Amino acid sequence: MSTTALTPAMKLQRRASRRRNALYLVLIVIGLLAPLAIYPVFLMKVLCFALFACAFNLLLGYAGLLSFGHAAFLATGGYFTGIMLASYPGLTPELGILIGTLAAVVLGTFFGVLSIRRQGIYFAMVTLALAQMMFFFFIQAPFTGGEDGLHGVPRGELFGLISLADNLNMYYFVLAVFVIGFAIIQRTVHSPFGQVLKAIRENEPRAVSLGYNVDAYKLVAFVLSAGLAGLAGSTKTVVFQLASLTDAHWHMSGEVILMTLLGGVGTLFGPVVGAGLVVSLQTQLAQSPLGNWVSVILGLIFVVCVLSFRSGIVGEIQKMVRKNFK
Amino acid sequence: MTMIFGVPLMVFMGQLMLGLINGAFYALLSLGLAVIFGLLKIVNFAHGAMYMLGAFATLLGFQYLGLNYWVALLLVPLVVGGLGMVIERLILRRIAHLDHLYGLLLTFGLALIFEGTLINFFGVSGSSYPTPAALQGGMNLGFMFLPTYRAWVLVAALVVCLGTWFVIERTRLGAYLRAGTENPALMQAFGVNVPQLITLTYGFGVALAAFAGVLAAPLYPVSPTMGSSLLIVVFAVVVIGGMGSILGAVITGLAMGLIEGLTKVYYPEAANTVIFLVMILVLLLRPAGLFGKEA
Amino acid sequence: MTFNSMTFNRKTLASSIALAAATLMASGAQAQMSDDEVRIGYLADMSGTYRDLAGPGGLEALEMAVEDFGGEVNGAPIEVFSADDRNSADVGANTVREWFDTRNVDLVAGLVASSVTIAATKVIEENDGLGIVSGSAASSITNEHCTPNHIHWVYDTYPLANGTAKAVVEQGGDTWFMLTADYAFGHALEGDVTKVVEENGGEIVGTIRHPFPTSDFSSYILQAQGSGAKIVGLANAGADTVNAITTASQFGLTQSGQQLAGLLIFLNDVHAMGLEDTQNLLLTTGWYWDMDDQAREWADRYFERVGKRPTMVQAGIYSSTMHYLETVAEAGTDDPETVRAAMAERPVEDFFSRNGYIREDGRMVHDMYLARVKTPEESTGEWDLYEILATIPAEEAYRPLSESQCDLVNN
Repeated sequence: MSTTALTPAMKLQRRASRRRNALYLVLIVIGLLAPLAIYPVFLMKVLCFALFACAFNLLLGYAGLLSFGHAAFLATGGYFTGIMLASYPGLTPELGILIGTLAAVVLGTFFGVLSIRRQGIYFAMVTLALAQMMFFFFIQAPFTGGEDGLHGVPRGELFGLISLADNLNMYYFVLAVFVIGFAIIQRTVHSPFGQVLKAIRENEPRAVSLGYNVDAYKLVAFVLSAGLAGLAGSTKTVVFQLASLTDAHWHMSGEVILMTLLGGVGTLFGPVVGAGLVVSLQTQLAQSPLGNWVSVILGLIFVVCVLSFRSGIVGEIQKMVRKNFK
Repeated sequence: MTMIFGVPLMVFMGQLMLGLINGAFYALLSLGLAVIFGLLKIVNFAHGAMYMLGAFATLLGFQYLGLNYWVALLLVPLVVGGLGMVIERLILRRIAHLDHLYGLLLTFGLALIFEGTLINFFGVSGSSYPTPAALQGGMNLGFMFLPTYRAWVLVAALVVCLGTWFVIERTRLGAYLRAGTENPALMQAFGVNVPQLITLTYGFGVALAAFAGVLAAPLYPVSPTMGSSLLIVVFAVVVIGGMGSILGAVITGLAMGLIEGLTKVYYPEAANTVIFLVMILVLLLRPAGLFGKEA
Repeated sequence: MTFNSMTFNRKTLASSIALAAATLMASGAQAQMSDDEVRIGYLADMSGTYRDLAGPGGLEALEMAVEDFGGEVNGAPIEVFSADDRNSADVGANTVREWFDTRNVDLVAGLVASSVTIAATKVIEENDGLGIVSGSAASSITNEHCTPNHIHWVYDTYPLANGTAKAVVEQGGDTWFMLTADYAFGHALEGDVTKVVEENGGEIVGTIRHPFPTSDFSSYILQAQGSGAKIVGLANAGADTVNAITTASQFGLTQSGQQLAGLLIFLNDVHAMGLEDTQNLLLTTGWYWDMDDQAREWADRYFERVGKRPTMVQAGIYSSTMHYLETVAEAGTDDPETVRAAMAERPVEDFFSRNGYIREDGRMVHDMYLARVKTPEESTGEWDLYEILATIPAEEAYRPLSESQCDLVNN
C-alpha cells in the first residue's frame, strides 16, 4: 500500500470503481436469488444469450467490427459439446463445454484470419458468407443430425459430483459460467489491450501510425469474441440437451445484433439487458395471442432502435446519468 | 451420347440455359442493390421484401382488381418504387449521416416487418399465379424443352439491365447519378438537388426489385418468404461483382447463375452454398470485388 | 355427439373398467385429476412453413374437441394453452419443459415438424408426461425415437411410401427418379420408397438430393427429364413439393410421358397450387374431408368456424384430443401412464380413424387412403380436390412391429 496523497483524478477514479464494485455485488446477489422468483430454465436461456451478445459486443462495440456471422460460433460450440457429451458418457459437462469452446476458438482463428483485413460492410459480408458455409457443413455432416438436430445430450454431473439434472444446480453453474465470461470481457475492455482496440475503432490509420499491429489486435479480439460465443453455445447445449440448426442460421446472427443494439452497443451491460428483453419478448409473445406477430415486433424494435435509440437502453441511461450528475 | 464429366451433353446444355435464366434474376436484383449502394451506401436488406411485394402486388392485383400481367408489369414497379421513395423520405433520410451499417440494420428491420405482416394475412404456403396466355407453352430447343415464359424472363431481364446500364452510363441523368456517387457535396454545390436524386435512385432500385417480383410471380409460388431466401444470395452476387458496380452486378449475376446451375448437376446439395465459396475466394484475391474500385 | 361412437367390444370395455378400478384403488380416494384441472398444451408452427397444415386451424380443432366434450372432465375443467414452436427444436423443447415445470401440463398436443417433435418427446419422456403427435411425418418417431410417453396419430412416412409407391409401381410405373429434400425426413422417405419400389419389382434409376429449402427446381426437373424414368418421386414436403410440382408442370414433364408421385402432400398444398398443376397426382392421405358422411359432417362444422376445409392433421388433432378426453373421463384420472395404457385399450373409431388402435410402440394405426387429385373439369368446388381410389387397411399400411427398432417392442 502506497501512502502517497491521492490526486483528485485518482480519487474520482477510485470512487467510480468503488461504485462499480457495489453494482456488481448487487447484481450477483440478484443473480443468486433470481431463480426463487423466476423459472430457472428461462433465466439460463437469458444468461446464455446474454453471454453470446456480450461476446458479439466485444467485437462490435469495442473493435468496431460488425460480424454478420456470429451464429457460426454459437452453433460450433453447441454442436461440438453436444457430440462429445452424447458419444462419451464418461465425459463431465465442464470438459464438454471446454471442448466446444476450443472448437469455436479454432474456427474463430480461421474466420478471423480470412476476414479482419476487410472493413465495414465487406467485413459483415465475409463473415456472413463464412457462416453460411458453416451452416452448410452442419446440414451435411453426418454427426449433427442435420435438420432434425442433435438430441439427448446428457446434462451429466459437474466434476463427476454434482448432478446438473436438477434445474437449480444447473442454473448456478450457468450463472458461474456467465460471470466468468463477463469478467473476461470486463477485464479485456478495461485493459491496455482494450484501450488499443478502442483507439483502432476510433481511428485506424492513427493506430497504425502509432506503431500498433492493428491486424493482430483485431484478430485477438475476434478470436476472443468467437470463443466466448462458443462458450455460450456450449453451455446452452448442456442446458437444453440439444443442438440445432436454428443456432447456425443467419437469422441468429441478426438476432444477436438486435440484442446488442437494443441494450446498447459498446456498453458492458447493454447486451445483457438487450438479450433479456429479446428472449422474454420471444418467450412471452410466443404463448400469447400476439404470437404470430413476433417477427413484426422484432422488426419494429430494430427500426425504432436505429432511428431514435441508437445508444440502446443502457447507453441512453448512461447519457442521462452523465448529464445529470456531472 | 456425348458426355461432359459424366453428364449427357443435352442435360449439360439445358443446365447452362437454366443457369442463365436464374442469372438474369440475380442480375436484376443485384443491379437494384448496386444502384442503391452506389448512391446511398446502404446495403438494402429490404430488397428481398420489395421483390416479394412486387410478386404479391401482382397476385393481389389479379385476384381483387382483375389486373392482367402486362398491366402489372408496368404498374407494380411504379407502385412499389413509390413505396420505396416514401420509405427513403420518411425513414432512411434520417440516418443518412450515420455509419452505413445503421442503414443495413434499419432495412433488415423493415424486411422483418413486411414479411411478418404478410405471413399473418396470407400464411406461407404461397399461391400460384397463372402464366399469361400469350406466354404459355414452350419450345423445343433440341437439347431441352424451354417454357416460353422462361425465355421471356431472360429477354425481359436482360433488356431492363441493359437499359439501366445505358441510362446510367450514357445519359445526363446517369451522369448526375455517377457524379453524386463520387462526390455528393460538390454536386449539391453545382445546384443539383441531391436529396431528390437519392430519393429517385432508391425508388428506382426498389422498382427493379419489384419488376423482378412481377417476373417471378408466374414462376414460383407467391409467398411472403420468397424474398428472404433469395436475398442472401443476391448480396453475395453484389459483393462478388464489387459493391456499387452496375456492370459488375449484371455480369456477376449471370455468371453466378451459370455456376449455380452447374453445381446443381455435379453436387446439388451444395447449390445454395457455392456462391458463398466464390465470394470468399474473390474477396481474398480482390477485396473490392471483381469490378469494384479499391477504396 | 354422434361421431364418438362407443362401439368397442365388451372385452376392451371390461378391461378398461378393470384398469380404471385398479387406478382408483391404487390412488385411494383422492382427487383424480392433477391440480383438479386437465391441462392441454398445443405446440405447433403457428407462423412458418407448416402453419397452414396444422397451425391455428389445429388449435381450433382442439378447442372444438374440448367444447364438444363439455369443457370439463368429471367436473375438472379443461384448460388449453398454445405456443408457436417456430419450427425450432430448441424453442419447442424449451416450451414443453416450461409447461411441465411451471404449468403441470397433462397432454402435449399438436407437434408438427419432425425435428421439433423428436426434441419435444424426449422432454415429455423425461418428465413422465404424455404427448400426442399429429403433424409429424418421420416414421422414426415411433421407431428408433419411440418413448412410452407419446403416441403418433395421423400418418408417417412408411404408409406414404407404402401406399403411393406401391400403387404407382403396380400401375406400371417401375422406373423411378427421386427428388429428395436433403435432410433426415427426406432421406427417411427416400429410403422407405426405395424399399417399396424394389420389393415390387421396380427400379430407382437416379436420385437428387436438393438443399432444404429450394425455390428453383427447374434444374432438377430437367435432370429428371433427362433420366428417362417413368416416375419422378418427390421425397420432400411443404413449399419444396409445391415448387417442384409447379416447375414440373411448366417444363411439360407430364406431357413428355413422365408422371409425378408426390409422397407427402397436404390438402392445403393442393389447394394452394390449384388443380391445373396437380391434376392426376397420386397421393396417400390419412383422411379426406369429403370421404364419407361422418367426415363431411365434422368438416362442415370445422368449415363454419374456420372458413377452410381441414387437413388430415387438423382432423387428427380433434380425433386424438377426443380420444384422450374420453379415456381420461373413463379412467377417472389424468395420470399419464394410466391414461396412455387405457388409450391403447380402447379402439379408435370415429369420423377420422377407421379400424384404428394404438400399438405398443405408440403408433396409432388406422386405415389409410390412396387418392388421386381431380382434374379441373371433375372438381365441383374450391375444396373438391381428391378422389379416393382405394383404402389401405390399417394392418398393411404401417411398418410391421416385426421390423421395429423401438425398445418398447419385444423382438
